Amino acid sequence: MVWIDTIVQGILLGGLYALFATGLSLIFGVMRLVNLAHGDFSILAAFIAVFAVQSLGLNPLVALLLVAPVMATVGYGLQRLVLNRLLGRGILPAVLVTFGLSIVIQNGLLETFSADSRRLNPGGIETASVSLGGGLAVGAFPLLTFAVAVLLLVGLQILIGRSAIGRAFRAASDDGATAALMGIDNGRLYGLAMALSLAIVAVAGIFLGIRTTFTFSSGPDRLLFAFEAVIIGGLGSLWGTLAGGVILGVAQTIGARLSPGWGVLTGHLVFLAVLLLRPSGLFAKSRRVD
Amino acid sequence: MIAPATLEVARTTPASRAGVVGAAVVVAGLVAVPWLGDAGLMRAIVEFIALLVLAQMWNLLAGYAGLVSIGQQAYVGLGGYALIVLADDLGVDPFLAVPLAGLAAAGFALPTAALVFRFRDAYFAVGTWAVAEVYRLLVANTDALGRGTGRTLKAVFPLARETREGVTYAIAVTVGVAAVVVVYLYLRSRLGLGLMAVRDSEPASASLGVDVFRTKLAVYVVAAFGTGTTGALLYLNLLRISPDAAFSINWTAYTIFIVVIGGLGTLEGPIVGTVVFFLLRQLLADYGAWYMILLGSLAVLAMMRYPRGLWGLVADRWDLHFFPVQRRVRRDVERAAVEKGRA
Amino acid sequence: MTLLTVRGLSAFYGDFQALFDISLDVTEGETVAVIGANGAGKTTFLRALAGALPVPRGAVQFAGRQVGGRPAHALVDLGIVLVPEGRKIFPSLSVRENLQIGAYRRRAGPWTLDRVYRTFPVLGERREQPGTNLSGGEQQMLAIGRGLMANPRLLLMDEISLGLAPVVVQHLYEVLGTVNTEGTTLLVVEQDVSQVLAVAHRVYCFRKGTVALEGVAGHLTREQIFAAYFGA
Repeated sequence: MVWIDTIVQGILLGGLYALFATGLSLIFGVMRLVNLAHGDFSILAAFIAVFAVQSLGLNPLVALLLVAPVMATVGYGLQRLVLNRLLGRGILPAVLVTFGLSIVIQNGLLETFSADSRRLNPGGIETASVSLGGGLAVGAFPLLTFAVAVLLLVGLQILIGRSAIGRAFRAASDDGATAALMGIDNGRLYGLAMALSLAIVAVAGIFLGIRTTFTFSSGPDRLLFAFEAVIIGGLGSLWGTLAGGVILGVAQTIGARLSPGWGVLTGHLVFLAVLLLRPSGLFAKSRRVD
Repeated sequence: MIAPATLEVARTTPASRAGVVGAAVVVAGLVAVPWLGDAGLMRAIVEFIALLVLAQMWNLLAGYAGLVSIGQQAYVGLGGYALIVLADDLGVDPFLAVPLAGLAAAGFALPTAALVFRFRDAYFAVGTWAVAEVYRLLVANTDALGRGTGRTLKAVFPLARETREGVTYAIAVTVGVAAVVVVYLYLRSRLGLGLMAVRDSEPASASLGVDVFRTKLAVYVVAAFGTGTTGALLYLNLLRISPDAAFSINWTAYTIFIVVIGGLGTLEGPIVGTVVFFLLRQLLADYGAWYMILLGSLAVLAMMRYPRGLWGLVADRWDLHFFPVQRRVRRDVERAAVEKGRA
Repeated sequence: MTLLTVRGLSAFYGDFQALFDISLDVTEGETVAVIGANGAGKTTFLRALAGALPVPRGAVQFAGRQVGGRPAHALVDLGIVLVPEGRKIFPSLSVRENLQIGAYRRRAGPWTLDRVYRTFPVLGERREQPGTNLSGGEQQMLAIGRGLMANPRLLLMDEISLGLAPVVVQHLYEVLGTVNTEGTTLLVVEQDVSQVLAVAHRVYCFRKGTVALEGVAGHLTREQIFAAYFGA
């Protein structure tokens, strides 16, 4: 019984990881960019929410509606002003610049908010539990997180599959040069992709901040989990990313149940195992070879 | 009849000759320092050398082999812990244990490479970091290694402080000089040429007979050895090790910033970068995190506008290469004139 | 009226110069052919016109405006559309979506999905299949249809006959003939010299990055073309 409970918790945790992973996967698909500051942006969003809650007295879930557009704007600006200039110069500049950004953001948060750990309080929902029948109860908030993750994924799927922008994302991810010949302004498109990525990761960051405590240095672990979820699931498939997140979440919760210090480590080991045995991921749909 | 000018492949320039003299002067200076009796200065130099070697190793990987790793801290930690295990648990002489710890780190590099070499480019970078985290967590969960609290190097306790500090300093200077010399000689050699060919184009170099995989693996393992030795040196100096400190991403952050600001892909760059790093740290010592914010911002700026770093600016402006690695094709104009005179 | 004026266009790939001072004119409503051996610079020329290569501002004038150096997407807005060499169909998009992406800039004009389906019925039959599932000839129709969806004023075509059976090529050129008659100016790069001479009003022959011959299609002799093509 304990094990079913553990697995369900892991699945729900996977929803949160999928939220982190989706933004990363989107920008890699569209412009072959890995944003090493991805996790730090989610923590930045969480801290902005802390600020909004403290100064405006908002509920964090309401603050989310303000923070997400702010982060989207930051993403658009970052891409157009900084990152667009690095594309086409090989991977080194993009890796190093986003790494540098990661360090700058972390230290900026440290200076601004000190090293204290924080938590966002949505007023009760995070302690509520929901009964799923058969004696099984899950936290209401993890369930909500999973539901939001699935909703966002569905929304993204619809955007990518049915809209003009979505077609443009897919075309640019297939062949950026030809996409430009179709009239697609790649600079703007990449900006939109990054805006979307940071908006989603802002949601992830705030949900994380409600679920658990966080500090200025919590970002890099988020990046790592997001990356692992993407690799386990395989590139090119949004639902694969959800599956990857779920597998990672379950691995971590099972590991933690076996021995408290082993949660995260078990996740890493599962990730490495997938890497060894199925490097392209478990559900890859990608048409490109990585 | 004018004889065609003969072309000569050469390497030395007036600047490089000056460089050799300059380097000799610096090394002589370093050797003289212990006679000043300033323990604080010696410790600072040990730290400087440690960062310099880390930077040279990362530069070798990223600037010459095209392997961008953000997981080198794994080898700092592995080297540091190997030192403790060798010296305290296995009774090896702690000073001898430094290079042996480097070998141990190199040993771990082989299975690590087997995993991470499956990735390319940015995914390789994140993969190296994931592996470093695995090592950190494994160590933090091992009782014999002190778990999260870490351990203290006890094998040096019987020694007098001056002796310990003196020998540590001597090892540091040896490691520092050796690292620069070995890297320099390697890059100047045929093997080094192969490496740079791989960096510039894997398919082209493969078609010319360069074993791309072996070359990259060799460089990765050598860099692990250098990094591991440095890790051991660092903790010989600090005496106290813990997983969060030894496997901290900060080692990589410092290294990357040093190399990017100083100049990627040159031997002089990391030296310049380490100097800048130390200067900034001194200047901003009272300002906490601002020092890292400034450093990070400078690195971002360098990568965007000045990808060849500070040394790149100098070298390009005045065509200065103290440690020239490229070969230059020189028209031997004098010989051509002589031939012409004869014709 | 003169739609396109090219003067002194040079183009480089790094240090390598591919085009040397090209001058060329296209009148609105014409079909102009550009022929030449491999490596003569024909594809480079079209790519330069389409904005895929850096070009000096004054080197290209379109409908009275200097357009050299403008990015590719801005040129599509003006009506300069390229059907690229090798078709470059997007594998992640269906046939219908490939066509729709051609209309990304939403330029006004007669071309719609339905019209393309009527012109190339096989595309209508296969509309939901991935674009790259089609045969070579069908992909070429798709690429042309995609170009038409942008409602171009000047349609640039790069080697549409490559790898296709003569009967398919003939059908394509019939369609293009109609497109031209209805007002779209065509600039066609071709290896199949006889096919393209049959439809073009004027011809330019490129050799080694320069214009080796230009003239009215019907007035040039085989010998002249041969000499310009291969260099004699």
